[in-house]
Amino acid sequence: MSQTALPAAPSSGVRAPVVNDCSIQVATVNGSGSQTANNTLLRAIFQMGIPVSGKNLFPSNISGLPTWFTIRANKHGYIARRKEIDVLVCMNSDTAVEDVKNAPAGAAVIYDETFGLDKHRSDLVFYPVPFQRLVKECCPEAKLRKLVVNMIYVGIVAHLLEIDVAEIAKALGKAFSTKPKALELNKAAVDAGLAYAKANLVKRDPFKVARMDKTAGKILVDGNSASALGCMFAGVTVVTWYPITPSSSLCETLIDYMKEHRIDPDTGKATFAIVQAEDELAAIGMAIGAGWAGARSMTSTAGPGISLMNEFIGLGYYAEVPTVIFDVQRTGPSTGLPTRTMQGDVLKTAYASHGDCKHPCLYPDSIGEAYEFAMAAFDLAEALQTPVFVLTDLDLGMNLWMSEPFAYPEQAIARGKVLDDAGVAAMKDWGRYKDVDGDGVPYRTLPGTPGDGKGAYFTRGSGHDEYGRYTESGATYVRNLDRIGRKIDLMKTKGPAPVIDGKGAKVGILAYGTTHWAIVESRDQLKAEKGLATDYCRVRAFPFSDEVRKFVAAHDRVYVVEQNRDAQMLGMLRMEYPELATKMTSVRHYNGLPVDARSVTDEIARLESNPVAGHGAR
Amino acid sequence: MSTSTPAVPPAPAPAAGPKVNRLGLPVTDYQGAKSTLCAGCGHDVITNTIISALWEMGVEPYRVAKMSGIGCSSKTTNYFLNRSWGFNAVHGRMPAVATGALLANRNLISIGVSGDGDTAAIGMGQFVHLLRRNVPMVYLCENNGVYGLTKGQFSPTADYGSKLKSGVVNDLPSVDLCAMAIELGCGFVARSFSADRKQLLQILRAAVAHRGLAFIDVISPCVTFNDHPGSTKSYDYGRANERPIHELGFVPTWEKAADEVDVPAGGSMDVDMPNGGTIKIRKLERDFDPRDKVAALNLLRECHEKKEFLTGLFYVNPQAENFLDLLDLGPAPLATLPSSKVRPSKAVLDQINEELR
Ligand SMILES: Cc1ncc(C[n+]2csc(CCOP(=O)(O)OP(=O)(O)O)c2C)c(N)n1
Ligand code: SF4
Ligand SMILES: [Mg+2]
Repeated sequence: MSQTALPAAPSSGVRAPVVNDCSIQVATVNGSGSQTANNTLLRAIFQMGIPVSGKNLFPSNISGLPTWFTIRANKHGYIARRKEIDVLVCMNSDTAVEDVKNAPAGAAVIYDETFGLDKHRSDLVFYPVPFQRLVKECCPEAKLRKLVVNMIYVGIVAHLLEIDVAEIAKALGKAFSTKPKALELNKAAVDAGLAYAKANLVKRDPFKVARMDKTAGKILVDGNSASALGCMFAGVTVVTWYPITPSSSLCETLIDYMKEHRIDPDTGKATFAIVQAEDELAAIGMAIGAGWAGARSMTSTAGPGISLMNEFIGLGYYAEVPTVIFDVQRTGPSTGLPTRTMQGDVLKTAYASHGDCKHPCLYPDSIGEAYEFAMAAFDLAEALQTPVFVLTDLDLGMNLWMSEPFAYPEQAIARGKVLDDAGVAAMKDWGRYKDVDGDGVPYRTLPGTPGDGKGAYFTRGSGHDEYGRYTESGATYVRNLDRIGRKIDLMKTKGPAPVIDGKGAKVGILAYGTTHWAIVESRDQLKAEKGLATDYCRVRAFPFSDEVRKFVAAHDRVYVVEQNRDAQMLGMLRMEYPELATKMTSVRHYNGLPVDARSVTDEIARLESNPVAGHGAR
Repeated sequence: MSTSTPAVPPAPAPAAGPKVNRLGLPVTDYQGAKSTLCAGCGHDVITNTIISALWEMGVEPYRVAKMSGIGCSSKTTNYFLNRSWGFNAVHGRMPAVATGALLANRNLISIGVSGDGDTAAIGMGQFVHLLRRNVPMVYLCENNGVYGLTKGQFSPTADYGSKLKSGVVNDLPSVDLCAMAIELGCGFVARSFSADRKQLLQILRAAVAHRGLAFIDVISPCVTFNDHPGSTKSYDYGRANERPIHELGFVPTWEKAADEVDVPAGGSMDVDMPNGGTIKIRKLERDFDPRDKVAALNLLRECHEKKEFLTGLFYVNPQAENFLDLLDLGPAPLATLPSSKVRPSKAVLDQINEELR
């Protein structure tokens, strides 16, 4: 492609450099091995001290369909998804034209020169690259070229954005630490890209990065790994699961960690059992059986699995069996968009199963909380003797996030009210479901406790009295169910408290989970663009702390921002606080992509322009 | 079952008072709540036989986990071993719960009671995988060919051509749970008849000594919904047609010397169980070796074609590796491992953090 085919720089002329504030989108074909290339770019920017986030937008397919990876570098530390793309890398001929048509004016486009993309727009900066020729030159082995070609764009992007080459080398070294030959090959490809860019491309876009010190000491990890680590340090002993995106990697990572760190050095034996069940019915059934018999048990799944588990969840609730259920949410209903994100199971998990059920739920927003709440979930499950949900989502679970390093737990593992032999003997009148302490939480014994079986009891999902005996007495049923209700309400004080940033603004924003990252940025935008000051409440647990009610009550209007169509959390808030129902207005985002600040800002600004009309609307 | 013969000395026989087992416990210590099933229900006979078998085998009640699903049959775990833990779970999903409980505590002695609906209809998937995994437990299917608790609809084990009280004829083939169990690797597969208490008792005693999954399909008439002419699961039909393939008795190690055990005379075959004890088998009319899987499958196929009601121990492989063996667990239950064993050190976390930098 001749240089003359290139348009002049955008009509506004050469723009001032934009430093440490850009989004790079790489469009490739699924299965082409671009993940390592993308992570190399991301990690190199991270190592330069620049806050960064990566979002993988991939299809439900093993090979052949389009996939996009977005890297956002931002000096302010905004790490939510950003809709606008500044640097586009087009490696997929199927989507290249569409990608280019959607790019905002002024974006830089790095592309395979054979795609001829420059004819589609005149307001972008085009950088054609002869990828096929370059890869042939640097990779003699034809069958490896498909993988190695991605490293060429790493070199091109590094040159154009001024990413430190030494950091690229370091990131590569980490990716291929055990494969010296692959390292050499990939390094050669990066170098080929660098050399080509240096010799042939004239920088005409404003985007670049420059070293900062905002990531010092931080780690880069995905949320599923963080949850897995939380489980391991919580002392999980029985893990039963059935594969499903985006949850699988939680258990798969856990298996790797447990094999490495949870073999008893004294016996050489495993201190855990991990079983891939035949389906989610079995996975939750095993988790409940194990929890009943005293293990710290868990399962991990996504929406479809939760749907299957419903009957057992009710059993766990009513028979009072501790277990932990991770729901790494994806886009429903049904199979939905299985590789896209959503906060779509919030309502369903809170009240899962038939009859009156209400379950403790935790909503981590970050790597740190994915880890900490995993640990908290096991303690809560055993403290309250009930299944506890941890709701993350595909965005948190499967994407790489910056985080402070994991902190070693300060609290000892708390196993709740479990009576051993002596404990049963000391109890005057043993009854499994007796409210001895007045907090609604009974004592339990574990099958296999000696003492002539004096602590034995019968567990059932049918009506039972304080001694676990079958009964259909309405009065006993009410007494028991009310006690369970009181017990679950302990979550209001035992669960992680909401994080509230309140400075007396009239308008409040309420959100939870990964929506947090868009809110942080959106609040700044609202302030800067509209002069709108907002307070913020990030809900972290259900049943809600009283602080949540106070927050809503203290504001004229509260925007409940969430990633689902039906305003599920808002529905729960209205159910819990009917007197405050009309104070809350919904802001929703549910196209399968992580919510971005701009969408939230625009919607809140629109509603605020006519607060009365927006008032109380869903 | 994961029992090794407990190292308990034989109890001194008290001069007077009730007869006790080797733990010194009278049979009343193995009883449960009063049954609420219909008078004459086959399931109650099985319950009483379980009580006898566990008492005779000297199983410590506190180590027993009684697992069940939902149905009249599944209710019966409440009617034996009051001093054991019981879990009446959800319909058809006892296998998962039982598996989980054993993962948590491998030293539990797990006794599962299910029905033909619970096992062969709603629970078929879980049952198949329980067999595949060879989870060490005794699993009884109290098989009456109908759903007793929901008032008499056909179950998948109802024989082709058998009749409901209302006259409705079953026009679907029946599932043979024993053939399926053998096919899927179960190492102890038997069929009995609740009215043949003597045989069931010996099968149960042997099942308790087995180290893997012991599956027992017990034809157990539902007197209320499936005990009429035209039913192939009625008492009359069973009594008229049951044909034991052999006589058998189980002799636990500590009883070897005693001759109070009912060992078939002229026993022609001994099967030693790895945890102690011997199954003694005397051939009846046919020459059948229950250690021969192919022969067992052929026998079941044949009896299906001839519409015969055969009972006995169809297949036994005492050596089969069980699910817990595969998991490479230590001897102590996972449930009660101390924190020091289940929470790695700070050094481990530091190392992980370092790797993620
Ligand atoms: C999910 C679910 N579906 C249906 C039922 C209703 N139900 C209870 S017991 C039963 C059948 C039991 O039949 P079986 O296992 O043969 O036991 P039996 O009563 O004959 O001993 C059914 C369908 C239920 N409890 N749960
Ligand atoms: S309905 Fe049938 S199976 Fe149920 S208790 Fe009565 S006789 Fe037994
Ligand atoms: Mg039945």
